Amino acid sequence: MKGREDGFFGQTFRRRLRYELVFIVLIAAFCVITVLNINIGSVPIPVKEILRIIFAGKAQAEGVTQAGIIWKIRLPRILMAAILGDGLSLAGFLLQTFFANPIAGPFVLGISSGAKMVVALTMIYFLKVFNTVSSATLIIAAFIGSLLSTGFILLISRRLRQMSTLLVAGIMVGYICSAVTDFIVTFADDSDIVNLRGWSLGSFSGMSWENVWVALGIIGAASVAVFFMSKPIGAYQLGENYAQSMGINVKLFRVALIILSSVLSACVTAFAGPISFVGIAVPHLIKRCLNTSKPIVVIPASFLGGAVFCMVCDLLARTLFAPTELNISTVTAVFGAPVVITMMIKRHKEK
Amino acid sequence: MAEYYFQTRGMCVGYSGNVLIRDITVDVEKGEIVTLIGPNGSGKSTILKSITKQLQTIAGTVYIDGQDLASLHYRTLATKMSVVLTERMKPELLTCRDIVSTGRYPYTGRLGFLTEEDDEKVKSAMENVHVLELADRDFNAISDGQRQRVLLARAICQEPELIILDEPTSFLDIRHKLELLGILRSMAKENDITVIMSLHEIDLAQKVSDKILCVKGDTIYRYGTPDIVFDEQTISELYELEKGCYDPLFGSVELPRPEGEPQVLVVSSGGRGIPVYRKLQKENIPFCAGILYTNDVDYSVARSLACEVISERPFFPISESALDKALKMVSECRYVIDAGVDIGETNSRIAKVLDAARAAGKLHRETDSIER
Repeated sequence: MKGREDGFFGQTFRRRLRYELVFIVLIAAFCVITVLNINIGSVPIPVKEILRIIFAGKAQAEGVTQAGIIWKIRLPRILMAAILGDGLSLAGFLLQTFFANPIAGPFVLGISSGAKMVVALTMIYFLKVFNTVSSATLIIAAFIGSLLSTGFILLISRRLRQMSTLLVAGIMVGYICSAVTDFIVTFADDSDIVNLRGWSLGSFSGMSWENVWVALGIIGAASVAVFFMSKPIGAYQLGENYAQSMGINVKLFRVALIILSSVLSACVTAFAGPISFVGIAVPHLIKRCLNTSKPIVVIPASFLGGAVFCMVCDLLARTLFAPTELNISTVTAVFGAPVVITMMIKRHKEK
Repeated sequence: MAEYYFQTRGMCVGYSGNVLIRDITVDVEKGEIVTLIGPNGSGKSTILKSITKQLQTIAGTVYIDGQDLASLHYRTLATKMSVVLTERMKPELLTCRDIVSTGRYPYTGRLGFLTEEDDEKVKSAMENVHVLELADRDFNAISDGQRQRVLLARAICQEPELIILDEPTSFLDIRHKLELLGILRSMAKENDITVIMSLHEIDLAQKVSDKILCVKGDTIYRYGTPDIVFDEQTISELYELEKGCYDPLFGSVELPRPEGEPQVLVVSSGGRGIPVYRKLQKENIPFCAGILYTNDVDYSVARSLACEVISERPFFPISESALDKALKMVSECRYVIDAGVDIGETNSRIAKVLDAARAAGKLHRETDSIER
């Protein structure tokens, strides 16, 4: 079968090599960043110790300082950063497919802000009435909020097909939701909003294991579902009508896309607050690295890429000006916004 | 119903419940090429969208291979029908091969991996339409003509029994138009694939199609073989052309003729008059042509361009009345142009016309010496 190695099929072979290379780099980056994240902090822990403590298990964490730091603080936090980063980048990828617009993402379209608004309302109400609020409640609230703003954007996008107007609409929705949130916060009791203020700026800190498992369950399931939808997503990239001619029930597929992207961005917002730019920057960078937009490779690579990106940003957020911690959005914006700007300039040139 | 591959019965199409075109009833055999023609906005695309299930039909039924389109699943339909649409797709970072491969969609597994067999089919489809060398180029970086052929390759590798194309020749230059239609033609005949498409070029439609569907107003204006449909009156009425603009014999069209009293008489035969006619038309000088035998090529063009034609039945001697008309024209016109005419036994009287013109000092050999 030497014939397959060159000529018509030679390129396929070279492309596959490129994909493999990107995946190897991403996995390596993931491992390195995980270790670095555990290693660096107010109490540095050497790599040898890290491995010993992790393999020794959670049980011996009681009483031992280093083990406690790893098991109670750093490990849940990096896991959460990885899981939520994955969720954000997949949500962004889905929205970009749906709107056929590379700058769509949960943050720019106002979906994160919608989730934030409903979560704020729920938080204040529940704390007032029941004095407590569970993560399940917050996720449901965030999901409702996401769906609300997604629905609104959908209504607008029916009328306006243009990319720029869609984004303006999204930004406006974001502002309205933020205004409502600010309004509520202004008139809420201080005791109710202590949590809210920290949360609404976006942070991965203070994650419990319970949160990690819930996030892992939801985002993991959604990610698997997205991966198994990569075939219809690939067809949808050619446009709705072509997708239908290939045998896709477009109406059902659109609903599935919207629900999945809402679940993903809602879950992230519920745990870490609104986080900007990850959803746009990561899928874009991944597509450039792979030099394709085929979902079958872009989806798993975005999954890994989102995790790496958020872990790096979180590491910077907590170490750059230690002991003061930055908001995660501050860091993601610094890295994400330039990506988006170069992307827009490039597209403009192509036209 | 088995003998027809595609049928519609009383199909009404339109948008959101408003009927645009009603009562479409056509029968198409397997391997036939059916072309929809009609003026802009007449609803050709609406009909095509309805038979590809992008639009719901408002009434009536569509049968594909004996099955009701409404009850066919998208999945099943995808193995029977593929499409080439007018909408411009702008995929990101996809090569032409990626685009063509999507045609294999209905046949691949859950995750859409291509088997070796699929790869070979993609390759042969691309070979078929001569785009193999574009396989690894970015789809956004190729020309319109190439893009259209890549999309056709995509449609072919979906292995359909029926291909629907919405204005496949727009954006293409004449060579690519001919090439594309040639491919469709051989595909239809060799592989027995039925083709339904819309075209703007009526001359090409006449030459490539087995059946023509004329769409105008809210009904099907006419449906049948090109011989039946392409007569002068049907085409003129379909597109609301002025009389004489369309020549059914060659399927050609002409710009409107200069109107008014003829100022020039053109004497010619055997096609030598045509360049003179065109020149006079561009200068907007009304002219008369004659005496022409009705089987002369000059006659076909003169009918469209001259404001008056003096004619004679083929192989008959020129009659007294035709000669009188021509002589009268010589005296009325300011110029007479001899574009070249063969004078034999039957048409010897043409010499008299030329003599009269020479005597009046009106005879010229070229149009250049003419002033408005």
